[in-house]
Amino acid sequence: MTWSEWCSTLVKGAVATACLAPTAWAFCGFYVAQEQGSLFNKSSKVVLVRDGDHTVLTMANDFRGNLKNFGLVVPVPQEITPGMVKVAERAILDKLDQYTVPRLVEYHDPDPCPPPYEEDQRRYEMASDDRPRPTKPTSAAPEGRHGVKVEQSYSLEEYDIVVVNAKSGAGLERWLREEGYQVPAGSTEILESYTRQNMHFFLAKIDLAASDQLGVRWPRPLRVEYDSPKFMLPIRLGTVNADGYQDLLVYALTPKGRVETTNYRTAKVPTDFDVPEGVQTQNKFAAFYTSLFDQQVLRDGMSAVYTEYAWPLSVQCDPCTAEQLTASELVALGASWASDYHGGVDGGFVTRLHVRYDRAHFPEDLAFQTTADTSTYQARYVVHHPWRGDTSCEAGKVYEKELVKRQAKEVANLAQYTGWDLDTVRALSTPAR
Amino acid sequence: MDPRYLQLASLGALLTYGLFGLDFEVRPANAVVIAITAQVVQYLADTRQGRRWDPRSAAITTLSLCLLLRTNSVFVAGLASAVAIGSKSLLRINGKHVFNPANLGIVVAVLATGQAWISSGQWGNEALLGLLFACLGITVVTRSERADITYAFLGFYAAMLFYRSWSVNEPVTIPLHRLQSGALLLFAFFMISDPKTTPDSRLGRILFAFLVVVGAYVVQFKYFVPNALIWSLVALCPTVPLIDRLLPADRYQWRSTPAPAPALVPST
Repeated sequence: MTWSEWCSTLVKGAVATACLAPTAWAFCGFYVAQEQGSLFNKSSKVVLVRDGDHTVLTMANDFRGNLKNFGLVVPVPQEITPGMVKVAERAILDKLDQYTVPRLVEYHDPDPCPPPYEEDQRRYEMASDDRPRPTKPTSAAPEGRHGVKVEQSYSLEEYDIVVVNAKSGAGLERWLREEGYQVPAGSTEILESYTRQNMHFFLAKIDLAASDQLGVRWPRPLRVEYDSPKFMLPIRLGTVNADGYQDLLVYALTPKGRVETTNYRTAKVPTDFDVPEGVQTQNKFAAFYTSLFDQQVLRDGMSAVYTEYAWPLSVQCDPCTAEQLTASELVALGASWASDYHGGVDGGFVTRLHVRYDRAHFPEDLAFQTTADTSTYQARYVVHHPWRGDTSCEAGKVYEKELVKRQAKEVANLAQYTGWDLDTVRALSTPAR
Repeated sequence: MDPRYLQLASLGALLTYGLFGLDFEVRPANAVVIAITAQVVQYLADTRQGRRWDPRSAAITTLSLCLLLRTNSVFVAGLASAVAIGSKSLLRINGKHVFNPANLGIVVAVLATGQAWISSGQWGNEALLGLLFACLGITVVTRSERADITYAFLGFYAAMLFYRSWSVNEPVTIPLHRLQSGALLLFAFFMISDPKTTPDSRLGRILFAFLVVVGAYVVQFKYFVPNALIWSLVALCPTVPLIDRLLPADRYQWRSTPAPAPALVPST
């Protein structure tokens, strides 16, 4: 292809990005389908463990269709041999998701008018009992045909795994179609760019007989490991057949520190502010955080990757939204360095990244780096339950005045960060009496 | 007017935008330590060489380090600053310092301590920001007579990115996205264009820009290491004395340097 041909075809390709594809192509690269009960629709979850040049990638797909239609195509930088692929347990991934999910904490205002003899005891109680309590999270949320060389082909539990190397994207596409993969239009160029970078392709389909035998209803997460200096996630294939944007959650585990993207801005979601207590009492936390995230993406023009949690795994979470992951669970995810340590776990560092992307705003695959940053960050929001008892004393009157100001601030925060109209927001702010 | 004032104002504006518009995590303690260390080392170096203390270049290095270097340790921030300014006096060949001060300070901090990093993605890829960079940068490099290396570098770098994407069949949106990087523009307008560490002749500067781009290609697309420009520049700065020997020209002097630089014995 000449330069001018290349430029014109690719500009056209970039403009005509609305390549709607059959949904039966469950996901190629990362991801399209929808998960029930998830905080975000069309969200996909990937655990990305990185230690030096060693990467362990656990991909949880949210496919809920007919198993015979399930197909997974992931470009990987290295040939994947059988020992490098495992079926992972969804439960550990869900636990990691719960452990790092944005959280709501609640405080109860103390009685501003305590009987004098209770003063000392109240101070003691404040010191011991008024720590933030996490509320229950609402949700968490040999060269063959067409120049394609099958490097590996074997069965793994409910999966049929094939690893191929291809000479050209067009050849690979033809081969995939003949193998029963429903390749969406517009994939050839992307497949070609991966083949030219000597990427290998990891393919997985469901072995229906094996899945019946195992009693598997939905495809379980697949864990793949490889050694490569490339610290990246291929998102481009997944944008070919996506209708609108997609959400991707990356849980990055490293022995050293926080992970960030190098080719997109990594920002932190707004955190640590007070919201009206109705966010908790009226069970609106999931709606609140979803709106906050929507607004933030809108403000930044869908150009950033967001950190939702960054915390050393050896440091106790505060507040915790799930039990701490054990060393054996972390090792199961690929964090081979994790070990038990004085009743806790010496597990390195976890970063939860949330990216909402489409082809127009995220033309490149995500590239990452591990930083030396070990400082803690969490998406954390606070509700204060007002004191609803007697406030007739002098201190109580002062408390009432302060409460009005605080609740006004909570309403303003909620409106500012969610974009909700004031009536909706005020309905979540309960007067003290 | 001394172009350093323009450079200070431009870097100051970018830092202000970074802090308030993009939430750069520049720790105040780090910034203070970098600034004080830079001026103390500059003062010692100026005094030792019998010159009047000139805080301007050290202030520029301070702002560059605040923009680029990330660390949670004030000691690492201080080390980077001391290495950056110290290298100007200690690592000289033919009376000219070898390394770009901020570039060397960052590289030493990252490699020697393992407690520092560069957030090359921190600027994002916003066109408006790119325009701001370009406006400020063009003014500075034009005043300091180093626009040639900046334009040559950007031209070679763009050509390299388009070649790369063409060779692996990527759409043009990918090299265009890579070109919209704030980190790239910061490097082009405020780092590689440093008049004191670029070759003296125009041809030499263009050759140097080409070498830095080739180095960046190797680092980024052969070894897949992020922040390729920083690594490429530090690795290729030692070629500048050789380029100056092959392509000699008059040495650059700041227009309002308080006292002429005395002849110095190479110390490395």
